[in-house]
Amino acid sequence: MNNYLLVIIIVMYLAVLFYIAFLAEKKRQSKWVNNPYVYTLSLAVYCSAWTYYGSVGIAANSGINFLPIYLGPVIAAPLWIVVLRKIIRISKQHKISSIADFISLRYGNSRFLGALVTIVCLFGTLPYISLQLKAVSETFEIMSDDTSYVSTTVIDDSTFYVALLLAIFATFFGTQNADASEKHKGIIATVAFESVLKLVFFLAIGIYVTFYLFDGTTDIYNQISVTENFKQLTTLSGIEDGFNWFFLIGLSFMAIFLLPRQFQVSVLENNREKHLKKAIWLFPLYLLLFNLFVIFIAWAGKLTFGETQNSEYYSLLLPLENRNSFLATLVFLGGFSAVISMVIVSTLALSTMVSNNLIIPYGFLEKFIKNQPERNSKYIKNIRRISIFTIIITAYFFYVIFSKELSLYSIGLISFVIISQLGPSFFIGLYWNRGSSKAATIGILVGFFIAIYTLILPFTLQVYTGTDNFTQFGLFGISALKPYALFGIDFLSPPAHAFFWSMTFNIMSYLVFSLTSKGNYRERNYAEMFVDSNNFTTLQDSALVWKGEAHVADIKNVLIRFLGEKRATRALKIFFTKYKLPQDTQLADARLINFSEKLLTGSIGSASAKILIASVVKEEQISLVEVLKILEESKENIVSNKVLLEKSNELSKLSSKLKDANEELLTKDKQKDEFLDTVAHELKTPITGIRAATELLMDEDDEMPKDIKAQFLKNILQDSDRLGRLIHNILDFEKLETGRLHLDMQYQDLQKTIAKAISSISQIASKKEVKIINNNRHSFKTNYDEDRILQVLTNLLSNAIKFCNPKIGQIIVDLKLGNALVEISVSDNGKGIPEEDQDYIFDKFYQSKHQNTIKPEGSGLGLAITKQIVEKHNGKIWVKKDVKKGATFVFTIPFK
Amino acid sequence: MKKKILIVDDEPNIVMSLEYTFKKQGFEVFIARDGSEALEILKHHIPNVILLDVMMPNVDGYQTLTHIKNMDSLKATKVVFLTAKNKASDIEKGLKLGADKYLTKPFSVKKIVSEILELVT
Repeated sequence: MNNYLLVIIIVMYLAVLFYIAFLAEKKRQSKWVNNPYVYTLSLAVYCSAWTYYGSVGIAANSGINFLPIYLGPVIAAPLWIVVLRKIIRISKQHKISSIADFISLRYGNSRFLGALVTIVCLFGTLPYISLQLKAVSETFEIMSDDTSYVSTTVIDDSTFYVALLLAIFATFFGTQNADASEKHKGIIATVAFESVLKLVFFLAIGIYVTFYLFDGTTDIYNQISVTENFKQLTTLSGIEDGFNWFFLIGLSFMAIFLLPRQFQVSVLENNREKHLKKAIWLFPLYLLLFNLFVIFIAWAGKLTFGETQNSEYYSLLLPLENRNSFLATLVFLGGFSAVISMVIVSTLALSTMVSNNLIIPYGFLEKFIKNQPERNSKYIKNIRRISIFTIIITAYFFYVIFSKELSLYSIGLISFVIISQLGPSFFIGLYWNRGSSKAATIGILVGFFIAIYTLILPFTLQVYTGTDNFTQFGLFGISALKPYALFGIDFLSPPAHAFFWSMTFNIMSYLVFSLTSKGNYRERNYAEMFVDSNNFTTLQDSALVWKGEAHVADIKNVLIRFLGEKRATRALKIFFTKYKLPQDTQLADARLINFSEKLLTGSIGSASAKILIASVVKEEQISLVEVLKILEESKENIVSNKVLLEKSNELSKLSSKLKDANEELLTKDKQKDEFLDTVAHELKTPITGIRAATELLMDEDDEMPKDIKAQFLKNILQDSDRLGRLIHNILDFEKLETGRLHLDMQYQDLQKTIAKAISSISQIASKKEVKIINNNRHSFKTNYDEDRILQVLTNLLSNAIKFCNPKIGQIIVDLKLGNALVEISVSDNGKGIPEEDQDYIFDKFYQSKHQNTIKPEGSGLGLAITKQIVEKHNGKIWVKKDVKKGATFVFTIPFK
Repeated sequence: MKKKILIVDDEPNIVMSLEYTFKKQGFEVFIARDGSEALEILKHHIPNVILLDVMMPNVDGYQTLTHIKNMDSLKATKVVFLTAKNKASDIEKGLKLGADKYLTKPFSVKKIVSEILELVT
């Protein structure tokens, strides 16, 4: 294909991407941009040129070894719902803008740790970006028919211009906002679009190769299975290969969380947590589809070209070989899409880290403090723009110097191993609050150096010295230090080997230093916030034990420099309202410090925000001794304020007394209302009965059967009695309760009164065949109102009869002398009173849930009146607890 | 077909008058002494109308109505409160819970009959 045509296609394609990004930015709120499918597709930025071309190469050379790189993410996906959701939540709460920010904040906003993570990410990502450029350059070469095309200088090299175009795109849509925690909808939309393209084109070439060039999968299999080294390609060779697989799966498991571009799309660009629910199955499905035809394209390429061509580009070479340049162009564009997505998202993520965690905190802060707000946000944007350009150009030169020697696959794995060094401090720190800043720093450093020693050093030395002495004999000729076989472990592939050793030392350092060293209060506070992220608000509010002094005006000045006057004032206003502080508060507290740091974090990263705020705050480190001292001081204050306290206690006691009195009045009113309500209800019931029966009798004298007529008449009589009894009782009760009743106290024999009560009720008892036994016949004389005590006894006896079973019922009346009082009890063998009712049965109109008596007989006031009478005699009445059968009522009358 | 009525009240004398009246009007009459008995009956019978007292032991009238409203089989059944509670707030509560009518005690038998007939025909 003509070079110029190819360039025109590339430029047109980029124009389309620009347009999509532009549309998405314009319609930021649209459903087309904010849905779980776009989110899932943006995650597919994982599938870069490495996947697109590299997998086929691996499949051709070492069989199914391309798979573990996808198995890791597939295993990780179900865990997202727990782990990733937590990460997303924390990131949103703290306005985190990159993985460097995330880790440095977890370990107490450590500036050094943030910078270290950034450097690790740079080391991990630069080769990876250069890999993408290599793929573009090489596929361009394959596509162009200009065979003499060999780049000699940078100016001639088309890859250089592609890199520049990508840098412009990333700059334009990646730095629209100074606050890096804002979403980049335009970029995400193009990434999603490209994820569709690369998948569709890859499937297209798969189908073309498998079913058009060959006669289906079986055909390819039959042909390839007769070649000599076929068996080696399709099986794992022994336990060593098993270990390789295991470590590679672990490696890619970490990469899906930690790669800066994955953190960018999965955490920072996440709109809604619920999008995760779709992503956890859709993303593995995407990976599955992508890998469907890899093996067949690889075999088909092997069958067609033998060993003559670079197996990584079979998907491009096969259609070209068959003169299908249209399909080849599509495949080229698919690969190009994969490259663009990866490069743009990665540089976006890296540039944020470089500016927020490296450049601003280590040099530009001073400048910012003096500047005007508009100029500050311009500065920040410019730093990011320059970072993007620098990163891409550096990656280009990395490609020119190193990558030409290496395969796509090996560069990709180097990146993974380096990035995975963040794993221990990231994952363990998320769930273990002991993990300390020192431990994280040492762990990452140790792991990073081991990774460099075992993976990067060997090939760089080889490129420079031209010999492989280092790999062969180890450092200083010590065989235990052979970079590919450290301490004699020689059966792992270099990446798996590097991963194993770096991770082992990284984790061990992390654990050991976490357990032996404790971080400062600030660090522990953040650890708590991350580990217990659900409890965030309470932890945030109680903040830290913070000692220092800051004026709101100073903090406001800092905020204005980055947010502008309007936003800063509004933010402070919201803060004061939320915490119910006066708007003209002068001195800042720990909460305001936290709040301001968070506000700035989005723009300049957490470490810088901390430093900035600290510059206007006279913060003092707090030691345990000081904490104790503070507590001691407040104790002294308490003593000196004791007098004041007593006075105020008196006052509050007085006011609470007033309040109680008022409440009592209110309850009394309410009780009176309730009482009247119930009385009205109780009165209405018999009247309703009487009214209805009378009406019926009046209207229907002729047709009504005689017995029914008689029954109605009987009902009327019964209801009238009930009415009369009720009125009598109500009046009685009212008199007792208001204390207007005067007892007619006489010195007389209780035994006689008991006999009277029994005889007055004996008729009803014998009707039901219930026996009444008087246990104690000794006479006992004291002072009491006989009529009233008679009323008490009759009431208790008739209640007992009511609850006794006919024929077998038995009631025992007993009289005992106690210390200055006489105790009279009435026990029956009826069904008893449920325990839950025992405290309430003396309340007026209390209706037991378990009561099942015939309605018209009670007035609901009997026991209430009884209680009043007994109490009027200075006695007590209660139901005896723990009685085996029946109910026992006991009342006492004191005597002198 | 005979119309069916369920009378829920714990006052036997009142129930007797109502039972007599509605039998005479050609209703098939069911009687329950409280909410739980009523709900038991409603498991097996679908009356055209339910006459419901409020103050009853165990399950009271309001609770009973809430249960009734949750039963799919009783979508067409009319529910009428017949109670001595006649405060405006009580009436509002009853109607809000979904009762079709709210009648108060003491009542005129003729009035009750005409109100019920109006509902079921």
